[in-house]
Amino acid sequence: MRAIFLILGLSLVGVLASCRQDMHDQPKYKPQSGSSFFADGRSNRPVLAGTVARGRLQDDALLVTGKENGEFSKVFPFPVDAAVLERGRSRYGIFCAPCHDASGAGNGMIVQRGMKQPLSFHIDRLRDSPPGYFFDVMTNGFGVMYDYSDRIEIEDRWAITAYIRVLQKAQNAKFADVPADKKETLLQPPK
Amino acid sequence: MTQLFHKSFNTLSKASIVLGGLVAGLTVTTVLFANRTPYISLVDVSREQPVPFSHKHHVGGLGIDCRYCHTSVETSAQASLPSTKTCMTCHSSIWTNAAMLEPVRQSYMNDRSLEWLKVHDLPDFAYFNHSIHIKKGVGCQTCHGQVDQMPLMMRKNTLNMEWCLSCHREPEKFLRPREEVFNMNWKPSHEKPQAQLGAELVESYQVQKLTNCATCHR
Repeated sequence: MRAIFLILGLSLVGVLASCRQDMHDQPKYKPQSGSSFFADGRSNRPVLAGTVARGRLQDDALLVTGKENGEFSKVFPFPVDAAVLERGRSRYGIFCAPCHDASGAGNGMIVQRGMKQPLSFHIDRLRDSPPGYFFDVMTNGFGVMYDYSDRIEIEDRWAITAYIRVLQKAQNAKFADVPADKKETLLQPPK
Repeated sequence: MTQLFHKSFNTLSKASIVLGGLVAGLTVTTVLFANRTPYISLVDVSREQPVPFSHKHHVGGLGIDCRYCHTSVETSAQASLPSTKTCMTCHSSIWTNAAMLEPVRQSYMNDRSLEWLKVHDLPDFAYFNHSIHIKKGVGCQTCHGQVDQMPLMMRKNTLNMEWCLSCHREPEKFLRPREEVFNMNWKPSHEKPQAQLGAELVESYQVQKLTNCATCHR
C-alpha cells in the first residue's frame, strides 16, 4: 500500500513541477521590459552620443532641420505628390487634429477640454510662413506644444507640413478656384 | 521465498489500468478547463497599474487615435507603450494638479519609468508582430476588444494558441479593409457581408493561412 502512495505522490510532484513557467518567462529582455541589472531599471538603453543607427545618418540639413542658410526653408526637401499628401492627412489626423482640429482652425477636442487654443492655420502670418517653419515647430515644439520629433518620423513631419498647406488652401479658396468639372457638384444641394 | 506481491494486487493491477486512464484523463481535462478560466487566461481581469489609465476616456471620449500613443504599431513588432512625455504633452496643461497623475509627473521630472504591467503578455516562445497583422487587415478591436469602452484595460481574448489558430486557419472570417483597422466600431456592411468581404481581402492582401509551427515559434 505504501508503494502505491509513493508512486502517486511522486507523479503528483511531477505534474506540479510541470507547471513551472520558465519557458513562458525566459531570462531575456523584450522591448520595454524591466531590468534589475541597469540602475535605471530599464532594458531599453539610451542611444550613446555619436552613434548612428543604420539608415539614420542625418546628413541632409534641409531634411533634418527645415532650414537653409539659417532661414526656414521655402521649399520641401522632396517632391510632394498625392501619396505624400495622403500620408500627411493620415498623420495629421493622428497627431495634430486632437488640438488643431480637422480643419486646422484650432478647436480640437483637447482644446475644448482645457488645452490652450493654438493659432488657426488660416491667419495671414501662418499662411505666409514657409514650410520649414511648420517642420521646425513639429521638431522643436512651440509654446505649450511639445516637440513631436520622437513620435513622428522626419518624412512624416514634412508630409504633415504639406497637408497643412492643403488645409490652408482649402479653407481660403474661392469659388473661382474650384476646377471647372467639380463646380457642378458643388452647386448641387446637399443630399 | 515469499510472494513479493500480495494476491490482492491482481485486482489492483486490473483496476489501475482503468483508474490510471481515468486519472490521466481527468488531469488533462482539468488543466485544459483551468486554462480557459479567467483565473489563468486573465480575460476580463483588470490589473492594478501605477496610474488608472482609461482608454474609454481617451479613445472613446476624446477620440484620440491608437497611434497617437502606440506610435510603432504600424512599423514594428511592438505597439509600444508611450513615454510619459506623451502623457505630459496634454497633462502639462490639463489636470495639472490631479493626484491621480502624480506618478506621471514624477516619472517625467525625474526620468524614471512607470512600471506598467503588460496586459497582453504572450509567452516568450511566441513571436508576435503587430505591423504585419495591421498590413493584412486585422483590426485592433479583433484581438483587443472594444478598447474604447474599457475604463481599465483588460484582455478580451485568451491569447491561447487555439485562439491564434482560429484566425490563422480562417482569416477570411476576421479581416477588414486596411483603412478600418484602427476603427473601433467597424462592422461589415449589409451589401457585402464578412464571408464575401473576407474572401476578397484574403485575395487582394495575399493573406496566407500560416499554421506552420515556425510561423510563431522560433
